Amino acid sequence: MISYELIGISVLWLFLYGYLIVASIDFGAGFFAFYARLTKQDHLINRLISRYLSPVWEITNVFLVFFFVGIVGFFPDTAYYYGSALLVPGSIAIILLAIRGSFYAFENYGSKDNIVYLFLYGASGLLIPASLSVALTLSEGGFIIVNGESVFLDYMALFTSPLSWMIVILAIVSVLFISGTFLAFYASRAEDAPALRLMRKFALFWSTPTIIAALTAFIYLSQHNERHYQNMMDLWWLLALSVSFFMLAMWLLYKGRRYGLAFISVMLQFFCAFFAYGIGHYPYILDPYISIQSGATHESMGVALIAAFIGGLCLLIPSIILVFKLFLFNVDYVKGKK
Amino acid sequence: MAVDTVLWSKWLTGLTLAFHAIFATVGVGVPLMIAIAEFIGIRKKDPHYTLMAKRWTRGFIISVAVGVVTGTAIALQLSLVWPNFMQLAGNVIALPLFMEVFAFFFEAIFLGIYMYTWDRFRNPYIHWLLTIPIVAGASMSAFFITTVNGFMNQPEGFTFENGHFTAVNPLQAMFNAATASKVFHVLSSAYLTGAALLAGIAAFTMLRKGVSAYYTKALKLMMGVVLLFGLLNTLAGDVSAKFLAEHQPEKLAAAEWHFETESGADLIFLGWLNAEQQIVGAIHIPKALSFLAFGDFNAEVTGLEEFPLDERPPLLVHYLFDFMAGIGFAILGVALLYFLFLLWKKRNELNKWMLRAIALTAPLAFLGVEMGWLYAEIGRQPWIVRGYMRVEEAATSSPSVRTLFFVFLLLYVVLGMMCAIILRRLFRNKPADEELEKLMKEKQAQAIEVGESV
Repeated sequence: MISYELIGISVLWLFLYGYLIVASIDFGAGFFAFYARLTKQDHLINRLISRYLSPVWEITNVFLVFFFVGIVGFFPDTAYYYGSALLVPGSIAIILLAIRGSFYAFENYGSKDNIVYLFLYGASGLLIPASLSVALTLSEGGFIIVNGESVFLDYMALFTSPLSWMIVILAIVSVLFISGTFLAFYASRAEDAPALRLMRKFALFWSTPTIIAALTAFIYLSQHNERHYQNMMDLWWLLALSVSFFMLAMWLLYKGRRYGLAFISVMLQFFCAFFAYGIGHYPYILDPYISIQSGATHESMGVALIAAFIGGLCLLIPSIILVFKLFLFNVDYVKGKK
Repeated sequence: MAVDTVLWSKWLTGLTLAFHAIFATVGVGVPLMIAIAEFIGIRKKDPHYTLMAKRWTRGFIISVAVGVVTGTAIALQLSLVWPNFMQLAGNVIALPLFMEVFAFFFEAIFLGIYMYTWDRFRNPYIHWLLTIPIVAGASMSAFFITTVNGFMNQPEGFTFENGHFTAVNPLQAMFNAATASKVFHVLSSAYLTGAALLAGIAAFTMLRKGVSAYYTKALKLMMGVVLLFGLLNTLAGDVSAKFLAEHQPEKLAAAEWHFETESGADLIFLGWLNAEQQIVGAIHIPKALSFLAFGDFNAEVTGLEEFPLDERPPLLVHYLFDFMAGIGFAILGVALLYFLFLLWKKRNELNKWMLRAIALTAPLAFLGVEMGWLYAEIGRQPWIVRGYMRVEEAATSSPSVRTLFFVFLLLYVVLGMMCAIILRRLFRNKPADEELEKLMKEKQAQAIEVGESV
């Protein structure tokens, strides 16, 4: 029998992965929309982007809220350590998310074609992953000062650490790569050739930086947290799978066919890497202060949360399938006929 | 220094919640109104009501956006600003917080579908059915969050050992003694406020642009809802007061400036305290407090004197309570007067003064919600979890909260202004009657097209 805290962290990690994918698509799309406007190519892709984003924008945010409400629920100690240390970076992320979400709605439902809104929308899309990635850096340990009853973030250590900067860069380029691949796939479904050409170019362009950033971050990790690095090396086969999926995606994108499969490969590439990273992190949620076992909530609450989670999924999965049927995979809708 | 940080933590959270409360109330209240309007529109085959549902949805989605982002803000701030509270209480209240996200998720998905499928179903009732998960999701969100607030007032479902909650029973914590009355009051006031907002807008528009069929219908429909939930909300307030008298007497006593335990206690409205802590200039309603508290004019009501000085809520809550209750009754009175005029043929229910009064109920209703919420929070002081954790023990130790307060203040000012500007722009050049004509023309064109293709 698998323990409830392990189920909890696995589910939460899966949710974070889900957020990584849907949020990357969303964040990257914002950036591409802004960039396309600047370079006067917006007539090619912005209609496509807004057709995808309009029905799903609120859903993205919920994945994140799910993750952190869940992690605080399963592991209340995280609220104490991360909450205390992340007051400032967390607040910055909130402000960026607030600007992004509301200005998207303002631009989309209110006033069309406002370049300032579009800039805020595009820029915040890159800054949010950067600010959120601080939490991942923090989890490696060495960035927190515990002073009696108080917990502080060691800004000096954070800003001078090559690892933290590499994680920021990795977050940003991954966003653009994932988003580019998805939008290429979406354009190919819509049979929108000019948009497809542009998005394929974006996807190919951001692929190499992604893999370089990933490898560099991995090397810095080996210097910062030897244990985590060794654990990940033991999962070499997952990392190898991740690289293989990356190669497959590259090949498909380069050849310009099977864009759906290319996007799935990218998803699997990140899935393998993300879980190699996560499993390697085990048993710590915050090295060395919180481990899965020490930080877990009471069993009754853990079980209740898992039950609520299963019940919730039974409601949500059919609803999400409905959204997909009506919008994402409805060819007429994608092509703009509905 | 430490006290300073606690104070700013309170202000920061209070600011976020006060701002979020406006949009949360709209988010809970308005979907029901949209559902009612669309249903009546289909039932009566009256395009006026269908147009109401459409226009309300269009405005609603803007406020949802602000509600979502401020909701995300408060969810994160719970951990960021009150890390010790979440570390302790997270063990007991995680379940409703978690389920609230599910409920919202559910609502968001169906709202997305609802907005983009107005003309996609042959049978109009299928589109209307989509409002049910939206209304249910919104109301469930309110329910789950209110249970958390109930827990902070009436902590249950655990044993307390060495500063930790053990033997946790999440369901008992959720369905604590405070939950029923609180949920009733929160939901009834949200529906009341949603209806008052839409009635107020209709009245305001008619004051400026003259009477029209569309707004007359909207006003009548919404005033009906205001009357219904005005009555239910009064009942909810009464239930809440009786709950407080029994389970949290210090909160009621502070709200009523009821210092000494006595039977046949007077209800005190407004007034102020002089230097000797005596009440001056207040309206006394004999024995009414005993009736409010226990349904018996001679019942004994516990006074503040029975609680240690450092466990008494601030006396300021008296005004919050009085304004909240006063506003509730005022709105109910306006609704009653409106229907009196409507049924009594000699009077015109759309006269200027009536419309002005109705227009005023919209901001008043929001003010009432804010007052009621402030009363619920400040009335619980000095506790964050009543009897177990004080507010000052729960706050962050980071002095950055002071700066963050001003940063967030700026953010909310900008968001609020943007929201108002966008809403104005959305409706200013699109009067309802013009839109209706266009809609009818489109329908006709469609009908002709269909006729030709047959």
